[in-house]
Amino acid sequence: MAALLSVNDLCVKYKTFEGIVHAVNGISFDIPERGTLGLVGESGAGKTTTALSLMRLIPAPPGIVERGKISFGGRDIHALSEAEMKKIRGNQISMIFQDPMTSLNPVLTVGLQISEAIVAHQNTSEREALKRTQEMLEKVQIPSARHKEYPHEFSGGMRQRVGIAMALACNPRLIIADEPTTALDVTIQAQVIELMRNLRQEFSTAMMLITHDLGVVGEVCDRVAVMYAGEIVEEGSLEQIFEDARHPYTTGLFKCIPDIEEDSSQIQPIMGLMPDPFDLPSGCCFHPRCPSCMEVCRVERPAFLRENGRTVQCHLYAKGGVTQ
Amino acid sequence: MSSKTRDLSDGTGGAASKRPLLEVRDLVKHFKVGAGIVHAVDGVSFSIMKGETLGLVGESGCGKSTTGRALIRLIDATSGSVTYQDRDILALSKPEMTSMRKEMQIIFQDPFSSIDPRKTVGDTIGKPLYIHRVGTKREREDRVDHLMELVGLSARLYNKYPHELDGGRRQRVGIARALALSPSFIVCDEPVSALDVSIQAQILNLLEELQNTMKLTYLFVSHDLSVIKHLSNRVAVMYLGKIVELSPTLSLFKNTLHPYAQALLSAVPVAKLRRTRERIILTGGVPSPIHPPSGCRFHTRCHHKTPVCSEREPQLLDAGEGHFVACHLVHKV
Repeated sequence: MAALLSVNDLCVKYKTFEGIVHAVNGISFDIPERGTLGLVGESGAGKTTTALSLMRLIPAPPGIVERGKISFGGRDIHALSEAEMKKIRGNQISMIFQDPMTSLNPVLTVGLQISEAIVAHQNTSEREALKRTQEMLEKVQIPSARHKEYPHEFSGGMRQRVGIAMALACNPRLIIADEPTTALDVTIQAQVIELMRNLRQEFSTAMMLITHDLGVVGEVCDRVAVMYAGEIVEEGSLEQIFEDARHPYTTGLFKCIPDIEEDSSQIQPIMGLMPDPFDLPSGCCFHPRCPSCMEVCRVERPAFLRENGRTVQCHLYAKGGVTQ
Repeated sequence: MSSKTRDLSDGTGGAASKRPLLEVRDLVKHFKVGAGIVHAVDGVSFSIMKGETLGLVGESGCGKSTTGRALIRLIDATSGSVTYQDRDILALSKPEMTSMRKEMQIIFQDPFSSIDPRKTVGDTIGKPLYIHRVGTKREREDRVDHLMELVGLSARLYNKYPHELDGGRRQRVGIARALALSPSFIVCDEPVSALDVSIQAQILNLLEELQNTMKLTYLFVSHDLSVIKHLSNRVAVMYLGKIVELSPTLSLFKNTLHPYAQALLSAVPVAKLRRTRERIILTGGVPSPIHPPSGCRFHTRCHHKTPVCSEREPQLLDAGEGHFVACHLVHKV
């Protein structure tokens, strides 16, 4: 089955005065039609850069897409003209942003902001666009009469639902949600997650969910990719990652979260700090913090080992897996 | 009413050696704003035993940070009393309060904005010592060195500026500063919320270690239930300026009584494939604290509400074994 989105060996860097930031270093992943991939990692792991490069929105300068192929629906994103790209952006691939306070324009009504995308991409009159806008608002459980209101008249959770309505308005094939619930309180987060799950099914949209919260991933995604220092260190199905994680960084992440369902919880932090993106470690990028670091880890970057539909980039499994 | 409860707790406290270090009675904080009065904290009472961690949990705007700050008078409470080792904190004069601050410190949420960007790490940590004129310059520097070691900051960072540090290290500076005067009580106001999970775990373990070695008492304010559960001996759940449930941690998580606390706990995404708790999705958002609902403040969103809920305000009463809850359903007569 051909994937809806396929990323192969993507490398993105930023040239700054202080040096070159290696934001994304050779990552590859696929998202099938209707699939959901969770991209997990801590700040500076390269999650957002990955998302922006899918939409060809990396600011250049300072950003440089050094190499890598991104194909969406069988078309090479980098080979498209800007006009063709505009037809994809916001129409076939749309985005939900983290902060519902800043991603909406404060001086335009929410109705206008949703219909703007519809008018730009679908060949419709403004009246039809308004009708569609009102439908979308109802879908995200906001009374359609409120399309005349401004963002400040909505609560944080409602604003995020406006963002979801906007993202779904053109019935996209892929939604990229960048930390969509991070700014929300837990009870509101639960509402928004529930809504996203239901609408994604109704619209049969594929989704890439970017988050630092493994709990949110567990609620929404069927596949998980764990990013660290610009690399995907492990990728697999939700079951594989949650029940049988291989990479020491992934297992370490799970040990950092206090368990809310157990009577007593132990946490075991990952020692040390995220590497300096100007000066990434040699060999495996996780080796300075890894409890199972070996000699080879310091010098050689591990290969991707694939088995049973999962990928792990770690020397520990070099003999057990099939080296590609 | 308030004097009666105080007598009661004094009576039991005297008998057992479990005397509270800090006692809060009917704490109220109202803010006047253009649109009216924000009822940020509206009659909150609790006590904190020596050496324990009381977790204060709730969603944004519930008044948990305001409560924490009012306790150590970073903001002045509208009414109520805070008794710390038999002294009423809220009645102290300014110089008395200044010297009382040696005992009570705070660690802030955002390590980026709670530290002066123009001061070096050493100066920041040593500032409380300087303000309270502790020791000679030499002694103060030694103390700072010791504090830095205590919180896991390498000595070479002494002359660095905050912008040269990452979030985790900056938070360690904030912790070292709070420890400088050897306080016995620390308000931790969302100390790990701005940090990445791997760093968050390091700081949580550090706070636990420090509590054990220095016999500290914490009020731990957080919106993150898993962090609260991990660290606290007892937990108070706040909603719209009121404590709705207050109980020993395990009892609260195992046998949640208040419908809001139940919904809050069920809403936490768990990093596991099979969750044990059934999810309760609340409808709508939190009502405005300018016009809080009548009766029980949660009745507008509660799945179990009865007519009495909108008429009478439920009291925070013991439902057995120190598990307090403010809900008409639990205290049915």
